[in-house]
Amino acid sequence: MTTKLFGEPVRRREDARLITGRGRYLDDIGPGALAAAFVRSPHAHARIADIDVDAALDVEGLVAIYTYEDLTGPMAEPLPVLIPHPQLHAPRTGYPLANGEVNHVGEPVVMVVAIDRYVAEDAAERILVGYEELPAVIGVDAASAATAAVHGDVPDNVAARHHQETGDVEPALAASPHTLSFTQYIERSAGMPMEGRGVHARWDADDGSLRVYTSTQASTSVRAAIAAKLELSLDEVEVVAPDVGGGFGVKIMHPWPEELLVPMAAIALGAEVKWAEDRREHFISSAHERQQKQEITVGFDDEGRLTALDAHIWHDNGAYTPYGIIVPIITATQLVGPYVIPVYRVVVESVYTNTVIVTPYRGAGRPQGCFAMERTMDRIADALGLDRAVVRERNLIQPDQFPYDHHLTFQDGRPVVYDSGDYPGLLEKLKALVGWDGVDALRDDAEARGKLLGVGMALYVEGTGPGPYEGGHVQVLGSGKVLVSTGLTTQGQGHETSFAQIVASELGVPIEDVEVTTGDTRRFPYAVGTFASRAAVMSGNAIALAARGVREKALRIAADVLEADPEDLEISDGVVQVRGTPGASIPLRTVAVLSNPLRYAFDEAAKQATQFAVQAKDDEPPVSPGDAPGLEHRDYYSPIRSTFASGAHAAIVEIDPATWEIDVVKYAVVHDCGNVVNPMIVEGQVHGGVAQGVGGALYERMAYDSDGQLQNASFMDFLMPYASEVPDVVIDHQQTPSPLNPLGIKGAGEAGVIPGSAALASAIEDAVGRRITSMPISPTELYDLVRDPSAERTAVAERRAGTGAMA
Amino acid sequence: MKPAPFRYADPGSLEEALEVLSAEEGAKVLAGGQSLLPLLSMRLAAPATLVDINRVPGLDTVEATGDGVRVGALVRHNSLLGGHPQAMAAARVQPLLARATANVAHPAIRNRGTTVGSIAHADPSGEMTSVLALTDGSVTVATPSGMETVGWRDLFVGPLETSLSGPAVVTSAFFPALPDRSGAAFAEVARRKGDYAVCGAGVVVTLDEDRRVTAVRASYVSVGLTPEAHDLTDAVGGRSVEKADWAAAGALARTLVDPDGDLHASADYRRLLVGVLTERTLASAAVEAAERTPA
Repeated sequence: MTTKLFGEPVRRREDARLITGRGRYLDDIGPGALAAAFVRSPHAHARIADIDVDAALDVEGLVAIYTYEDLTGPMAEPLPVLIPHPQLHAPRTGYPLANGEVNHVGEPVVMVVAIDRYVAEDAAERILVGYEELPAVIGVDAASAATAAVHGDVPDNVAARHHQETGDVEPALAASPHTLSFTQYIERSAGMPMEGRGVHARWDADDGSLRVYTSTQASTSVRAAIAAKLELSLDEVEVVAPDVGGGFGVKIMHPWPEELLVPMAAIALGAEVKWAEDRREHFISSAHERQQKQEITVGFDDEGRLTALDAHIWHDNGAYTPYGIIVPIITATQLVGPYVIPVYRVVVESVYTNTVIVTPYRGAGRPQGCFAMERTMDRIADALGLDRAVVRERNLIQPDQFPYDHHLTFQDGRPVVYDSGDYPGLLEKLKALVGWDGVDALRDDAEARGKLLGVGMALYVEGTGPGPYEGGHVQVLGSGKVLVSTGLTTQGQGHETSFAQIVASELGVPIEDVEVTTGDTRRFPYAVGTFASRAAVMSGNAIALAARGVREKALRIAADVLEADPEDLEISDGVVQVRGTPGASIPLRTVAVLSNPLRYAFDEAAKQATQFAVQAKDDEPPVSPGDAPGLEHRDYYSPIRSTFASGAHAAIVEIDPATWEIDVVKYAVVHDCGNVVNPMIVEGQVHGGVAQGVGGALYERMAYDSDGQLQNASFMDFLMPYASEVPDVVIDHQQTPSPLNPLGIKGAGEAGVIPGSAALASAIEDAVGRRITSMPISPTELYDLVRDPSAERTAVAERRAGTGAMA
Repeated sequence: MKPAPFRYADPGSLEEALEVLSAEEGAKVLAGGQSLLPLLSMRLAAPATLVDINRVPGLDTVEATGDGVRVGALVRHNSLLGGHPQAMAAARVQPLLARATANVAHPAIRNRGTTVGSIAHADPSGEMTSVLALTDGSVTVATPSGMETVGWRDLFVGPLETSLSGPAVVTSAFFPALPDRSGAAFAEVARRKGDYAVCGAGVVVTLDEDRRVTAVRASYVSVGLTPEAHDLTDAVGGRSVEKADWAAAGALARTLVDPDGDLHASADYRRLLVGVLTERTLASAAVEAAERTPA
C-alpha cells in the first residue's frame, strides 16, 4: 500500500509552522486582554499579618486586586489533592491565594489585574504584605530531622510513607554471602519548558459560557477543575491547549492557582484576562523535581548476583502534595530496572520542605530509581573486581521470562508486570555501540594526552502508557479531508505527524489529507492527559481503533455501491476499490458524502447524497437502524496495565586533571520502545531526553539557601545546557513489540533522561577513581572531591594504581 | 519582569545627551543595553530616565594607530571580531581585543552589546574591563565641563561601580598597543560556552632583544571585586623565553589574587584556575612574543 506510513521517518508536519513564527502560543492569544500579575511570597515560611493595598489603588490602569478574602465557595477551599493514595496520610495543598500562611518563596498571595502587564507589575510592587517569619525547612535532611515543621499539624514533616516489599528482606540480607550499604543524594532540577505556564480566559455573558486557553498537558481535567471550583456546569466551560512550548511534566500538574484565578477574574470583570508566566515566576512558582536521599543495602553472591535489596529513600516533595505520591511510587517501583531481585523492600518517605512543590518532571522519579539501582551494580562490580557490564548481565531478566512479574504495584494501581523485552540484547548492542571492551586503549590514549578517561553505563526499564484510557475520533469529510482528534494535549512531541501516520496507514489515505487536533475539549471532551510517555500508546491506539471503525463503515457503504463483498475491497490513496478489478472503485470522499443522506444540496458533491439522486430501497429508512449518518468513528483504548519500554545508555568522559572540567566525548543509547511509529521522532525524543539527562547530571540544580531563597532563579545561573554542552548522541534501536496493544508500541517520551545521572556518575567515578555519591557534579565539586583525603577511592582505582595503569 | 516606568530620551548630539543627563536626576545612559535592560526588566534598577545615545554621531569609530586602539562608545562587540573595517588593523595593534571579545557571551549579545558599555558597567566578570586593565588603558569621558581622560585604575572603584559621577558619557576606550617583542593570550573557563567566565586570564609577555623575559603582566576575569593587573615578572624575569617556568608564574599569580566563591566555583577552585590559566596563556603568549622577536 503506498499510504503505509507507519514506521517511516516522516518529517514533522508541524515544524514549518512552528519554526517560522506561525505557532499560536498562549501569549499570542488575546493581545488586548487585561493582564494579571501576582504578588508572591518573598519568604519560605511565614504568617501573613496584613495586606495593605492602598498605595496600589492610585496606579492608573489598575482594574482589580484580589486576596484570599475575595475568594468564595470552593475557591476559598484548599486546592485539590489530585491523586489520593492510602499511604499519603498527611496530604496538604495550598490555596489559590495564600490563606494566612505561606510555605515557599513564590507562593501567590495577591492577584492584580490591570490594563497591561507593566501596569499590573507597577501596582503589585506597591502592595505591602506584612509577614511574620517562621523557621524554614530546606532539603530532605532538614525535613527528616524535623527540628521545625512545614505544616504545624505535621510535626515530623512526613506526608507519606510509601512501602512495598516482595519478601522478607532482613533474613535474605543476613543469608547473603556479601552485603554493601551506602548513602547517596540526587539534587533538584526542573523541566524548564521554553514557554512558561499561561492562562487566558474569556467569559461570554450572552452565551453564559467560559472559554479558557491554558498552556497545559491536561485540558479536559483543567476544564473539570474550573467547572468545580467556579461552580459552573461542565457544558459552560471549554478549555483549549493552544500550541504549547514544552511541558516536561510541569504542565500536567493542575489546576494551578492561576488556572482558576484568571477565569474567576474574567467572569467577575466581564473581560478577557490573561496571565503569561515570566521566567522568574516559573523558577519560584512552578514545580521542580528530583531531590532524594537514598540509603541502599544490597546482598549478593560471589558472582555478583543479587540476593536482596533494601532501599530507604527520603523524597523532598516541597511545600504541598497536590500530585499525591506518584513520584515516590515511580521511584520505588522503577528502581528494580531490568534485573531479577529475589527479595526487595522499599520505603519512600515523602517529606515536606519550604520549597516549590515537587511533581513529575520528565522521568518522574525514574532517574532517581535508576541512579539507586545502577550505582548499586557499579558498587557490586567494584567490590568483587568484576566488569560492570558482566555484573549487570548476570542479573538481567532473560527474554524467556516474560511476562515478568515484579510483585509490585505501579503508579496506575496495577501490577508491575513487564510485558516484553530483550535486556541481554540491549546490553550487547550497547557494548558494541560504545566500544566497551576497547576502553582501556582509549584510557591509555587519553592519559598520553594528559586527560583522565572513564566510561559508565546504566540500564533502565520504563513503565509507559498507563491508563485509564484515551479516545480518538476520525471523520472523513466530503472533501476527502480526514479530521482526527484526541483529547490529550501536545507540547512539541510531533503528534500531528505520528497520529496522522497512524490514520493514513490504517485508513489508506494520503497523509496530506489528515488533519490532527489535540487538547481541545470542544473537539474531544474525554481524555486523561499527556504524561508518562503515554500519548503514542494511548491515543495512538485509540486513533488506530477509530480509523479501523471508519474503514469498516467505508467498506460497507462502498460494497453496497460497488455491489461487492466488503472482504474484497481495499483502500489505497483515498480510493476504495475491488481488489484486482481496476475501474471498480469509488473515492473515499464520495463514500463520505453517501454516508450522510441529504435533503439539501449545498455544493456539487452533496448532490450525490440527496434524496432524488440516491437509489434508495423503499422499504428501508435512509439511515439503517443502529447506524448513524456520517463517515466517522469514535473509539477508546483502555489498557489492562502499563507497557514497559527499556534502554541502555553509556557515556565516555574525559576530565582535565588541571581544571577538572568534564567533557562527555561519547554518549551511546540503545532504545527499545516496541514498534516505532516514526523513528525520526523517537530519536528526537531520545536526543531531547539525553540533553535533560546531561543537564541534570552536570549542570542544573535548584540552589536553595538555608532560608529557602532560590539562589539561581534565572537562566544566567541555572545552567540548562546549550547545544554546545550536549554531546553528540549515537543511537541503536531494538524493537520488542508490546503484546498489550493493537499497535504493539511502548512509550518513548521520557526514556532519554532516565539513565543520565547514573551513567555519568559511573563514568566520572571510573575516570577519577573516587566514589561519586551525589549528583549533579560540577568541576568545582570534583576538585573538592579529588583533594578530600576522606573521599573513598574505588577498589578498581587502587588496583589500577597497583599495576601502574593510572597515576 | 517588566521594567518600572521611565522617561526615554534619544538625543542627537553629545551636548544634548549631557543636557538631559544634567537635567534629569538618576538618568542612565543606554548603549547596547545587554546589561542594563535585564536589570530594568527584573526591576533591580529603575532609573527615572534612559538616555539612549544610539543616535549620537561619531561614536561608532574604531581607530587603530601605532599607539593603540580607540574604540567608540557605540562599537558593538562583534565589530572587533571583523564587523568593522578597522577590525583587522585593531587586531594587529592590540590582538587582545579580538581574543578577549571572542569570549564575550553569544553572537546575539555581541551584535548589540558594546565594548565601552561593558567597561562603563564595570563588571569584574566582564572581559573588556580586564583587557582595559591588562593593557593599561583609559576611557574618554564627556562631561558638561569638557572631555576628560580617566585611567583604568581611577575608573573602577567597585563591582558595577565607577568613579564617574554626575552627568557623564563615556565616549571611547583606549587600549594601548601591544609592545614590541611581546605576545598576548586570553583564555577562559566557563560552565557553558558563552557564559560569564568562572575564571578568565589575559597575559602579556615581553622579551628583550636576546629573547629573555623582561615583563609579564596578567589580568583576570571574575576574580576580585574590580579588575586588577598583576606583575608576574619576578617569577620568570631574566629567563630565556624557551626556558621560562610558566608554572612558577602561575604559582605566583595564585598568591596575588583574592577570589570569591559563588554558586559556580569556590574561591579555592578559582585560585586553582588562576594558576592553570596563567600557565597556559603564558605558554601561548610566549610563542607569539618569540615570533615577534627576531633571533
